[in-house]
Amino acid sequence: MGGAPAASAGGRCERPPLLPRVAATQGGGMLGKGVVGGGGGTKAPKPSFVSYVRPEEIHTNEKEATEKEVTLHLLPGEQLLCEANTVLKCVQEDSCQRGIYGRLVCTDFKIAFLGDDESALDNDETQFKNKVIGENDITLHCVDQIYGVFDEKKKTLFGQLKKYPEKLVIHCKDLRVFHFCLRYTKEEEVKRIVSGIIHHTQAPKLLKRLFLFSYATAARNSPATDPKKHAVMFDTLQDWCRELERTKGNMKYKAVSVNEGYKVCERLPAYFVVPAPLLEEDIEFFQGRGIPIWCWSCHNGCALLKMSALPKEQDDSMSQIQKNFSDRIYRTVHRPPYETAKTEDLSSNFLSLQEIQMAYSKFKQLFLIDNSTEFWDTDIKWFSLLESSSWLDIIRRCLKKAVEIIECLEAQNMNVLLLEDNASDLCCLVSSLAQVMMDPHCRTVFGFQSLVQKEWVMGGHCFLDRCNHLRQSDKEEVPVFLLFLDCVWQLVHQHPPAFEFTETYLTVLSDSLYIPIFSTFFFNSPHQKDMNVGKESQDSQSRPLNLLTVWDWSVQFEPKAQTLLTNPLYVEKPKLEKVQRKGTHFKHQRQLSLPLTQSKSSPKRGFFREETDHLIKNLLGKRISKLINSSEELQDGFREFYDGWHSRPPSYQGLLLPHLEGPEIKVWAQRYLRWIPEAQILGGGGVATMSKLLEMIEEVQRLQEKIEARHHSQEALQAEAASPPRTSGRLSSLFPFALLQRHSSKPVLPTSGWKALGDEDDLAKREDEFVDLGDV
Amino acid sequence: MEKSSSCESLGSQPAVARPPSVDSLSSASTSHSENSVHTKSASVVSSDSISTSAENFSPDLRVLRESNKLAEMEEPPLLPGENIKDMAKDVTYICPFTGAVRGTLTVTNYRLYFKSMERDPPFVLDASLGVISRVEKIGGASSRGENSYGLETVCKGIPNESWRITKVNERYELCDTYPALLVVPANIPDEELKRVASFRSRGRIPVLSWIHPESQATITRCSQPMVGVSGKRSKEDEKYLQAIMDSNAQSHKIFIFDARPSVNAVANKAKGGGYESEDAYQNAELVFLDIHNIHVMRESLRKLKEIVYPNIEETHWLSNLESTHWLEHIKLILAGALRIADRVESGKTSVVVHCSDGWDRTAQLTSLAMLMLDGYYRTIRGFEVLVEKEWLSFGHRFQLRVGHGDKNHADADRSPVFLQFIDCVWQMTRQFPTAFEFNEYFLITILDHLYSCLFGTFLCNSEQQRGKENLPRRTVSLWSYINSQLEDFTNPLYGSYSNHVLYPVASMRHLELWVGYYVRWNPRMKPQEPIHNRYKELLAKRAELQKKVEELQREISNRSTSSSERAGSPAQCVTPVQTVV
Repeated sequence: MGGAPAASAGGRCERPPLLPRVAATQGGGMLGKGVVGGGGGTKAPKPSFVSYVRPEEIHTNEKEATEKEVTLHLLPGEQLLCEANTVLKCVQEDSCQRGIYGRLVCTDFKIAFLGDDESALDNDETQFKNKVIGENDITLHCVDQIYGVFDEKKKTLFGQLKKYPEKLVIHCKDLRVFHFCLRYTKEEEVKRIVSGIIHHTQAPKLLKRLFLFSYATAARNSPATDPKKHAVMFDTLQDWCRELERTKGNMKYKAVSVNEGYKVCERLPAYFVVPAPLLEEDIEFFQGRGIPIWCWSCHNGCALLKMSALPKEQDDSMSQIQKNFSDRIYRTVHRPPYETAKTEDLSSNFLSLQEIQMAYSKFKQLFLIDNSTEFWDTDIKWFSLLESSSWLDIIRRCLKKAVEIIECLEAQNMNVLLLEDNASDLCCLVSSLAQVMMDPHCRTVFGFQSLVQKEWVMGGHCFLDRCNHLRQSDKEEVPVFLLFLDCVWQLVHQHPPAFEFTETYLTVLSDSLYIPIFSTFFFNSPHQKDMNVGKESQDSQSRPLNLLTVWDWSVQFEPKAQTLLTNPLYVEKPKLEKVQRKGTHFKHQRQLSLPLTQSKSSPKRGFFREETDHLIKNLLGKRISKLINSSEELQDGFREFYDGWHSRPPSYQGLLLPHLEGPEIKVWAQRYLRWIPEAQILGGGGVATMSKLLEMIEEVQRLQEKIEARHHSQEALQAEAASPPRTSGRLSSLFPFALLQRHSSKPVLPTSGWKALGDEDDLAKREDEFVDLGDV
Repeated sequence: MEKSSSCESLGSQPAVARPPSVDSLSSASTSHSENSVHTKSASVVSSDSISTSAENFSPDLRVLRESNKLAEMEEPPLLPGENIKDMAKDVTYICPFTGAVRGTLTVTNYRLYFKSMERDPPFVLDASLGVISRVEKIGGASSRGENSYGLETVCKGIPNESWRITKVNERYELCDTYPALLVVPANIPDEELKRVASFRSRGRIPVLSWIHPESQATITRCSQPMVGVSGKRSKEDEKYLQAIMDSNAQSHKIFIFDARPSVNAVANKAKGGGYESEDAYQNAELVFLDIHNIHVMRESLRKLKEIVYPNIEETHWLSNLESTHWLEHIKLILAGALRIADRVESGKTSVVVHCSDGWDRTAQLTSLAMLMLDGYYRTIRGFEVLVEKEWLSFGHRFQLRVGHGDKNHADADRSPVFLQFIDCVWQMTRQFPTAFEFNEYFLITILDHLYSCLFGTFLCNSEQQRGKENLPRRTVSLWSYINSQLEDFTNPLYGSYSNHVLYPVASMRHLELWVGYYVRWNPRMKPQEPIHNRYKELLAKRAELQKKVEELQREISNRSTSSSERAGSPAQCVTPVQTVV
């Protein structure tokens, strides 16, 4: 079971110069030899706690461990803080648990377990591993909850401990669950590691103490890649001007630099876009509040705008001033008949952040599973548990809101003004969702990254607070960005060919939220970032720190692994571009071809209602009238727009709408189920499709090359023809995330029983056939 | 079930003049939406080009597809042998999705056809009479065509030293619901088989379904033993099971899987049935799989229909789905099949599977276990063989379960057992998207023709009855229709799995409602066809390039003087697209 230890070294050699190999600094810290050999193994451990770990298994594992040295890899600037030896990591395997001895360490970047279970990965698979975060590494920001097991009871751990647990259970924000048994660890080491881990993951932190800065300082001299290669950063006036040009919004909107140096407002980026008639003084009037800020322009000239609310005033005269101001500002985007605007107040008529927080905390518990029993117990009531978390319903509401907004922009030719207190949570969510649906550019990797940069990073979404990176307030922790990714996942899942990126891309992006070497998700605003990297201050430091952006995927993944991030079936031919530019004219044509448009179907409905209303009521009874009512609900514009779009074949390079019906909103299985061994489909899942596709595409390319090389010598052609196509091994559905859980070859059998049938009980007791068997 | 809506005659016209055998059209529980018609006509276009390459396709059926193009008439396009029984004008059809439409309703001896020219494109509703569950049905299609029954049902490698083929049931005297040929342990003579038969309900003795090519572990199927309240025993039956165990040298144990919940198995004793006691059957271990009976399944499907038709309630969708228990049943069936496959594969142990009569749950379990264990059954032809073998020849009572030709729609013998099996297969194809040669459309087509009565495949209850009715002569087989246009039913991603044992995960987390089947009439639910087309394009591209390479190669070898040696090789290299991977 332990596997061959030799293989693990191969993976580490792959690390780039950026992340040098650093051996453990503490003398004698290597696992094994003295410590383990003399320790728990020979005295047969009393199995009161890890009763499921059979002594002989521990023994086997230990023998291998003694032959092996496991090195701790530290990033530049990373420091070892505390460690403990002879820690037993419990893993689920073939529905029984086993333990792996190793060393548990805590650095200022991560918690890491150094055992020998990184074994038996063939070279091909190590190429898919994350280069920064290993399978047994947990960044400090990724830790969600820590539990201790005391006498078989699980308790949350925080603050100073009086008693130290036998077992440490760590729930991660990427939904991994680690079980570390400390029974065979020396007492003082237990104290040190447990209190160390608790302190470093849970105590409030200062921004300046983020690992981000130590890393950037230490890696100062490494060559930085140009972030502009990966996304438009929107930190210059030009970026905004180009975006205006791209969306043809430059007629009505202008990029302004009034906030350069954050003179006006610290919430807003240095550069942004406002309606052209707006005066720069107006922006300063309420420090940028109450000003429509441009997000995106539709092909028909309508724009999506966002606005933060004006401060609430008690004073009558002040509120009169505010009202006058608002009215005047509103007229810059609402000038009938030329231009009309609709205001969408996201603070009052939509989701609340608390709802999102509550839903997600319930939802994630469904995946933080401690053992098989829990898995199968929750399996029986899975759907109702899912529903009671209401996470999927929240996703539906977000998608629906975006469709509503699109309907305004596209079908009603109205500007849409999104309103929120700070315009930095739901505004980001809804406006970027709308853009993903309307703008095919946002469905490319580059475009999507630019979108996140524009709406979220520059839009001042408080990543630091919303992810609770500094552990300062649990109340502020709301997974708004994750909700956005989940919504995008629904779209990717429903319309795969429309996206250049895959669900794996979204999953690794969600993981990157917790890796503090990238600056992207570790500031509350561009102002805060600039203040802290020394861009604005005249510090003694010679040049500002060079922070990495998450968009450079080569930091985390080898080229081979990066192939899993892009969609081989992406429909990229922008054939429709010309047609799209025709704008309203084109739209009109499309509407006429709809079978469900108002103009065509209403006369029939009218006929039906007049002539047969009484018939329905009197003759046909309830069942029929139910059917009729359901068809009448189609009347409103939203339904018509939505149904109209879905009745046509989707155009992947145009407007893309999600399905919103109950069965169509699904659980993002890859992200949420990937660490659960019971849920792994050996040889199946989406990865099977993906690898099959990559195989086919590789083959097509090979053939194409062959044809191009036809003028070359005949032997070459002959020789190549003989080479067999690459065959993919049996990957598990958890690939590329949980590489290690793959050796199981037995099926996972459900253990839970059958739930009561309730009212069907009498049916269950009935005979299959009404035949008397007695006379046989 | 799945499709239903109401077709009502409205207005002052006398309600549809009743055709001879249709009792009443009000509340006919059948319909297609506009949507279905669109997809149908789309397939016509594509299949026309294919039909030229179809060799063994009967000419009659080709007419069916071409005649679909007659768009402008209010009369339905007719199949060979189909004739109009009655027609009524000014009938209003209430479509739950788009409102009322007025048009002409026609009834033929095959279908119910409604067409309205009020809309553009014309609104068409076309349902074969067989799908109607609550109107009296007219018996099967009489289209005569080529006879292509007779898929072989004998296992590979039989007889071997432990198993033999017996003709004891040649005249269906041993068991009228079993096929004429049976495979039984070699050392049990026919005389003893008869005594075993008397101890098994309806004479359904344990017979071989599948044998593991390496370990010789077997899957055998039968009905419950007639133990009764008194706990009767049968020496011959015990010896028989011992013989099954002995035929597999790898294991000294045999597993008996009783598909029922143990409570029901016990309750069956009162009726003379029951289960094997471990005392009587040495080395046997009895496992109950807790799968419920046909009545529970029927009720579950009824509830399912209620939550998906005509509208889906968004907010309570998940708890509504859970309350139907449909996926729970699917999970239990899959879990049962998993246990069986695991015993055979990892345990190298032979298994005996039965429920009460051994033609519902047993068929589900054995056929699913075989799908997991044997890649052959995951091909199109293999799956056809599987259905012919485990379902048709071993006497799943299709007529009774579907209710063809029976007006009693509340008949308790009706149950969606076969549908449930196909749903399980669909769930497996979802979990292993590259492991099956067939696609979703194949499964849907099978189900459509389970009800359509266009083909003789699913008529009658047993091989004996089908023989008596002379169905192989009088009807066309569904398989010949499918095999004549394989391309439509092929999964473009198929490959590289044939030798693997597949274990699906029987967890609710991986099961989902088969929207493409149960909710396909809802116009808001669209199948994800385009993505499949992308796969197909890719395959086509590869095939094209492959051809190019072959040509170049041939050209080169022609140019070189020693071409004679290689003359045969290029042709061999041209591998069919589906099999090369």
